Amino acid sequence: MSTDVAEVSQESVVVPAREPVEPLFSKRRKRIVSDPLNEDNPITIQVLGICSALAVTVQFKPTMIMSIAVVFVIVFSNLITSLMRKMIPNRIRIIVQLAIIATLVTLVSEVLKAYSYDMYKVLGAYVGLIITNCIVMGRLEAFAMANKPYDSILDGFGSGFGYAWIILVVAFFRELLGGGTVFVGTPLEFDVYGNLGSLLGITLQTNGLFVDSIGAFVILGIIIWIQRTKNGYIEH
Amino acid sequence: MDAINIAIKAIFIDNMVFAYFLGMCSFLAVSKKVKTAFGLGMAVIFVLSITVPINWLIQEKVLKEGALAWLGSDFAAIDLTFLQFIIFIAVIAAMVQLVEMVIEKFSPSLYGSLGIFLPLIAVNCAILGSSLFMVQRDYTIIEATAFGFGSGTGFFLAIIALAAIRERLKYSHVPNGLKGLGITMLITGLMGLAFKSFIGVAL
Repeated sequence: MSTDVAEVSQESVVVPAREPVEPLFSKRRKRIVSDPLNEDNPITIQVLGICSALAVTVQFKPTMIMSIAVVFVIVFSNLITSLMRKMIPNRIRIIVQLAIIATLVTLVSEVLKAYSYDMYKVLGAYVGLIITNCIVMGRLEAFAMANKPYDSILDGFGSGFGYAWIILVVAFFRELLGGGTVFVGTPLEFDVYGNLGSLLGITLQTNGLFVDSIGAFVILGIIIWIQRTKNGYIEH
Repeated sequence: MDAINIAIKAIFIDNMVFAYFLGMCSFLAVSKKVKTAFGLGMAVIFVLSITVPINWLIQEKVLKEGALAWLGSDFAAIDLTFLQFIIFIAVIAAMVQLVEMVIEKFSPSLYGSLGIFLPLIAVNCAILGSSLFMVQRDYTIIEATAFGFGSGTGFFLAIIALAAIRERLKYSHVPNGLKGLGITMLITGLMGLAFKSFIGVAL
């Protein structure tokens, strides 16, 4: 007991001015990651980033690739902006941020073109549109410009995953209801309507509306409804 | 005639908002009042009609593979396509700034009514999206201009219509969780369904 006290006092003598080091995954940092997943979700609560990504949610696989791309861009643009935050003059910060984002998106697009040309064709212009995805800009403005690099990375992961799970759910239901299948193009590929139909001895009809953009709007509307009702969040 | 058809297609059938989900952020955020929606819609038409042709020129004369041939045969093999995103977004940001300054100088009243929306549309997905689609679809410059104008007009119509619906919606009983964004998404879906009826319209 007494040795403990002695040790502590000795340490505080050695580094008197030093702030207590925050643990790598402190409560505050956990909240940075977990808040955007549910209570402060970028899509359903903050209404950001709906622009570019819904269009790729017809099937699960391209949505997955898109999610990874967006998470990558958010995390690294957050990191780079956070590292540069003291060097960026306030007046031209928007264009600096755009340049950082555009560079990262170009990187993603070139990697995709080189290693997965089919996906590149499917995603088409929407990879480029990550640049104008409001979540990325929003996080740079609201978080990375004022916080340390490590926190900014965590924030990027939080927002990225918060965005990813929503569009993955949308994609799952659009694929199921619109095409009658799940996870096409992945090892988990399964023809739900076909198997269920042969089990019951009937032909199940898919709903073309869900392949269309309308399905995405309706599904997202319903997800928002469920999530907000659960969280008790009311918009005025 | 082709150009007119492209414009009509961009306005009604391939509407930026309903068919491609582009410009959704501002579409949802700035559609609470018809007046502000009108301001944003006009600004988008304006910027799109300017940036798409400019980006077309840049794509054809600078970025495309062999596009620099007009500088001399040494430059014919250069392919700058990988710079597309950065250049396009820079052109858009610069044009928005320029348009803002010109409007401020020559028409302070219009500037006052557009206000914050002008700088905002630099990051409107519909603007960059139109430029990227224009490249994908191999338009001529006239077609590109018509496409830019058409996309802007389509966005304008969509946001005005949504704003009008939302103004009326204030007086109806919406379930708590569905208030705001939720009901707006469902309405957008229904509006998209209505716009589907334009399929096949052409001159």
